[in-house]
Amino acid sequence: MTIQEKEQEIIDEFAIYDDWMDKYEYIIELGKDLPLIKEQLKTDDRLIKGCQSQVWLNAECENNKMKFTADSDAIITKGIIALLIRVVNDESPADVAKSEFKFISEIGLQEHLSPTRSNGLVSMVKEMKLNALKAAK
Amino acid sequence: MDIQKIRSQFPILEEKIHGKPLVYFDNGATTQKPLSVINRIENYYTKENANIHRGVHTLSQEATTAYENARNTIQTYIGAQHNHEIIFTKGTTDGINLVANSFGELLKPGDEIIISAMEHHSNIVPWQMLCERKGCKLRIIPMNAKGELELEVFERLLSERTKLVAVTHISNSLGTVNDVEQIIKKSHAVGAKVLIDGAQSIQHIKVDVQALDCDFYVFSGHKLFGPTGIGVLYGKEALLNNMPPYQGGGDMIKEVTLTKTTYNDLPHKFEAGTPNIAGGIGLGTAFEFLNSLNMDDVVAHEQELLNYATQALTKIEGIQFYGEAANKTSVISFLIEGLHPYDVGTLLDKMGIAVRTGHHCTQPVMDQFKIPGTIRASFAIYNTKEEVDIFIKALERIIPILKN
Repeated sequence: MTIQEKEQEIIDEFAIYDDWMDKYEYIIELGKDLPLIKEQLKTDDRLIKGCQSQVWLNAECENNKMKFTADSDAIITKGIIALLIRVVNDESPADVAKSEFKFISEIGLQEHLSPTRSNGLVSMVKEMKLNALKAAK
Repeated sequence: MDIQKIRSQFPILEEKIHGKPLVYFDNGATTQKPLSVINRIENYYTKENANIHRGVHTLSQEATTAYENARNTIQTYIGAQHNHEIIFTKGTTDGINLVANSFGELLKPGDEIIISAMEHHSNIVPWQMLCERKGCKLRIIPMNAKGELELEVFERLLSERTKLVAVTHISNSLGTVNDVEQIIKKSHAVGAKVLIDGAQSIQHIKVDVQALDCDFYVFSGHKLFGPTGIGVLYGKEALLNNMPPYQGGGDMIKEVTLTKTTYNDLPHKFEAGTPNIAGGIGLGTAFEFLNSLNMDDVVAHEQELLNYATQALTKIEGIQFYGEAANKTSVISFLIEGLHPYDVGTLLDKMGIAVRTGHHCTQPVMDQFKIPGTIRASFAIYNTKEEVDIFIKALERIIPILKN
């Protein structure tokens, strides 16, 4: 599946939820499938400090495919990270670097990626792209 | 006191958030504005706008009168001796920075400033910067586990080296009401001046600066039903007269030549540049709104809300309160075991409930309790028990989702 196809798949999954709480229950469920960063990799250089919730991110590149693992202390943040990683994992660094994660606003979660929201997610998206750019070189 | 009648003066309380009626419990961050304040600002820009203090034309003179009347209203309300002791600022932070820079200019290496462990960052950082600039020493009044200041330790910190004591009247993250009368008396006994951070006070309790005998009192307009971007520094006349100006520019001068400037009298000496005229006038109207309330009733209503909400929250499994001072205002800071404040705040928002989560700009307080932050519900005069019920029900719905 391409990034676009994966994004569309998520948009379709979320289409069935018209209640906010149901939507968030689903996000929390998704957080449980997040490819977790190994405990020993939770070092300061992999920590993205938000004002409120913290995010750890590790990026590796194998056979021209990006592999992200991550974690957060807040479970809603964790669910959203799971969505972001699901879209870009196993994709080429070049594709990840130009990914815009537009599906986030299509499923109504754009507030989590707004710069005023201090949850570390904006910085995380930036880190993911920077890592992809580095791997693309 | 008819709360519904008060609520009807705040149009925003009719708003719906995510389809649910707004329950606004973030009053510690900013309060909502009554229609009188909104209308006053609109009328100013619609019919009265002109620059003040200079023009000979009618609009300018009327705008000047309105702005200066606002100063008088505030002077009367907080009990200042003179209207020129009311300096308009951008807000609490601006007022503290003014004192740190201007009064601070008079300090010498080795002089000491005392603050407390429960201060907002705005009442910490300007003093740290001053200490770095002037070689002064910052000393800290510790706080006990209930969130009360340890005044015996404070007395030991005081000495003839103490030049200024800067403490908050009411803690924004814990709700503690500090015994500022004692702090002021003890400080004056060693010749130190006292600045009180009143950002969380005037909307909740009656404040009389002459009765307190504080040397400086600072507050923000937007936390007491007024506009943002306007606040007040109250200072004793003699002290303000001795202090050098903070910022240079228009309005603060008497005469300017290219080599020498003489400064204007109080309060203009500290009000460089065209001020926030609409803000000042709007703040005057916010004080008229406060004047329309009986402060004893306000205290009684908010204490009732505090007790009602605290009792209801106590029944929630795994709840931990932060700030259990004997004397506190309507602020409840708490955590629920196993739940991240960010998650709780996000889901409460989806149910129309506005609370604050995080460290509330008091990181040292959070460090002392060894937590990254709390969930804070802070009430104002227009909040009701019914809203507290909605809040509790929402928490009961959220907890199983987040614990799942």
